[in-house]
Amino acid sequence: MAIAQSRPLLAIGKYAALLGYLTFALFPLYWLLKIAITPDQLIFTEGTQLWPSSLTLDNFRTVLFQTDFLAYFGNSLYVSLGTAAATTLIAAGAGYAFSRFDFGGKRIIIAVMLITQMFPLLMIIAPIYKIVASLGMLNSLTSLIVVYTAFNIPFATFLMQSFFDGIPKDLEEAAMMDGCSRFQALRKVIFPLTLPGLGATLGFVFTAAWSELLFALMLISKNEAMTFPVGLLTFVSKFSVDWGQMMAAGVLALIPSCLFFIFIQRYLVQGLTSGAVKG
Amino acid sequence: MGRIADIRIRQVESKAVTPGQQTQVMPGSSRARRSLYWHYMVEPFLYLSPGIFLIGTVMMIPLIIGISYSFQSIELLNPFNTGWVGFENYQKLWSDRKFWLALENTFWWTFWSISFQFLLGLGLAMLLNTQFVGKKLFQALVFLPWAVPTFLSALTWAWLFNPVIGPLPHWMAALGILSEPYNIMGDPDLAMWGPIVANIWFGVPFFAITLLAALQSIPGELYEAAEIDGASPWQTFTKITLPFLAPMIAITVMLRTIWIANFADLIYVMTGGGPANSTQIVSSYIFTTAFRRLDFGYASAIAVALLGILLVYAVILLWLRKKLVKI
Repeated sequence: MAIAQSRPLLAIGKYAALLGYLTFALFPLYWLLKIAITPDQLIFTEGTQLWPSSLTLDNFRTVLFQTDFLAYFGNSLYVSLGTAAATTLIAAGAGYAFSRFDFGGKRIIIAVMLITQMFPLLMIIAPIYKIVASLGMLNSLTSLIVVYTAFNIPFATFLMQSFFDGIPKDLEEAAMMDGCSRFQALRKVIFPLTLPGLGATLGFVFTAAWSELLFALMLISKNEAMTFPVGLLTFVSKFSVDWGQMMAAGVLALIPSCLFFIFIQRYLVQGLTSGAVKG
Repeated sequence: MGRIADIRIRQVESKAVTPGQQTQVMPGSSRARRSLYWHYMVEPFLYLSPGIFLIGTVMMIPLIIGISYSFQSIELLNPFNTGWVGFENYQKLWSDRKFWLALENTFWWTFWSISFQFLLGLGLAMLLNTQFVGKKLFQALVFLPWAVPTFLSALTWAWLFNPVIGPLPHWMAALGILSEPYNIMGDPDLAMWGPIVANIWFGVPFFAITLLAALQSIPGELYEAAEIDGASPWQTFTKITLPFLAPMIAITVMLRTIWIANFADLIYVMTGGGPANSTQIVSSYIFTTAFRRLDFGYASAIAVALLGILLVYAVILLWLRKKLVKI
C-alpha cells in the first residue's frame, strides 16, 4: 500500500490498470446503450463510431409499446420474485439448522447439497421435462418457480449459514433464558440481525432466476408465458436485422438486475467475504 | 409455498413449547434424554425439511431417472421406439465423432476461460486491496458484468464481434490480428474465442471477490515485517501473498472449472455450437440433443459421461491439493 505512494512509476501503472479494468468492464455495456440510441438510418454509416451524430429514443418506444416485451418482462419479474422469496425463506431455515444444530445426518445432507452444486444441471433437463409434461405443467410459470427454487437452495443455504454463523449464539441463548421459545428468539433477536444476509440472498437468487435461459427454453414454448431471456432470444431471431430495437430491449433487460445489484453488492461482497475468510 | 413452510414451522414450534413444560414434572434423566432427542433428531429437521423435500424431488429423483434414461431409448419424435436398450447409447457415444470433438472443445473452452478469469481476477483483487480515491464506486462498476444476465452478455458480445455494428473486428483488423474485419464467430478456427472472451468478461468479478476476501484475511503485520526487511514487491507477492492464497485458489479454481465446463448458455446463444461444431462443448451438445432432437436417452448418456469425467477431475484435484497444500 505504501509502496505505490513511494514509487511514482508503480502508481502510474496502478492507475493505468484501474482504467483498463474499468474500460473492459463497461465498454460492452456502453456499446449496447450507444447502438440503442443511434437512429436507424445512421446505424450502418456510423455503426462503428464511438458516438453517433444524433440520438433517438424511438427504439425504446417501439420495443416497449409495439412488441410483447412488457409481457416477457412481467413474467420474468413474477418468476424471479417468486423464486427469490421462496428460496430465501427455505434457505434461511436450512441455513439456521446448519448453523445452530449438530444432528444426525448433517454431514450427509451437506454432502448431498455440495453434490447438487457439482453435477451438470443439464443432466436433469430431460427428466424434468418429462415430469413437468406428465403433470401438465408445461408453459406454467409456477413450474419454473419450483424448479429454480430447488436449484438455488443449496447455494443460498450455505450463504445464509455463513450469515447465521456470524451472529453470536449468546444472543439467542440469552433470549431463551428470558423465556422466549427458540422460534421467538429467532424472530425477535436473530431475524433483524440477518436482514443484510436475507437481502444478499434475495438479490443473488433474483439475479440467478432472472438470467436462467436453458430450462426456460425447454419448459416454456407459448409466447404469453415466455420469460425474458426466452422472449428476447425469439425476438432476436425474429427481427434479426433490427439492431437498434434488439439493443434497446437489451438495455431494458439490464435495468432490473443492475438496480438489484447496486442495492445488494455491498452486502454480497461482505457476505462472501465473511464466509470465505472463515472457510 | 414459502408461507406454508413458515406456518408449519410455527405450528410445530408452538407444540414444542408444550412438551417442554410437561417435562418439568418428569425425572431429570428422562427429561434430558427427551430434550436431547428433540434437539438432535427433530428440531433441526423442521427447519430443513422444506429444503430437503425440494432438493429431493426436483434434483435427486430426476438425477436418478436421468441415469436410467441413459440405458433407454427415449425419442419424443419417435415414440414407438421406446424401451430399455442396455449400453446401446454408450456404444453410440463411443463412436460419435461429434462427442469427442465436443470433449476437446470443452477442454480448451474451460482452460482458456479459467486461466484468464483467474489471472485478471487476481490482478483486480490485488488492486482492490490497496487504497485509492473512489474505490467504492470503482468496485461497484467493475463488478457490474457479473450482474448482467448471461443471455444478455452473450448477445452483447455477439454484437460486438459483428462487423456491421461492432467495433471489435475493425480494431482487430487495424492491429493486424485479422486480415480484414470479418466476424470471427463464423470462422471455425477462431469461433471459440468469441464465447471465451464473453466468459472472461463475465467471470472476472467472481474471482476478484473471492480472492479479495482471501487477501483481506492475510495479517497486515507480515507485509510490514517484509517492508522493514527490505523485500521487493515481487518477493512480497511470491513469498507472502501467493502461499496464503494457495488453498483458496485451489478450491475456487476447482469449483469454477466444473462450473465453466457445464456452462452452455453463452455458447448456445452466441454460436449455437457452430460453425461446423467447432464451438460445441459437451454441455451444449447435451442441450441441443435434448432440446432440438428431443432424443432424451442419448442426451442422458452424454450427461452421465460428462458427470463421470468431472468426478474423475475432482478426485484428482482434491488428491493433488492434499499433497501440495499443507494447511
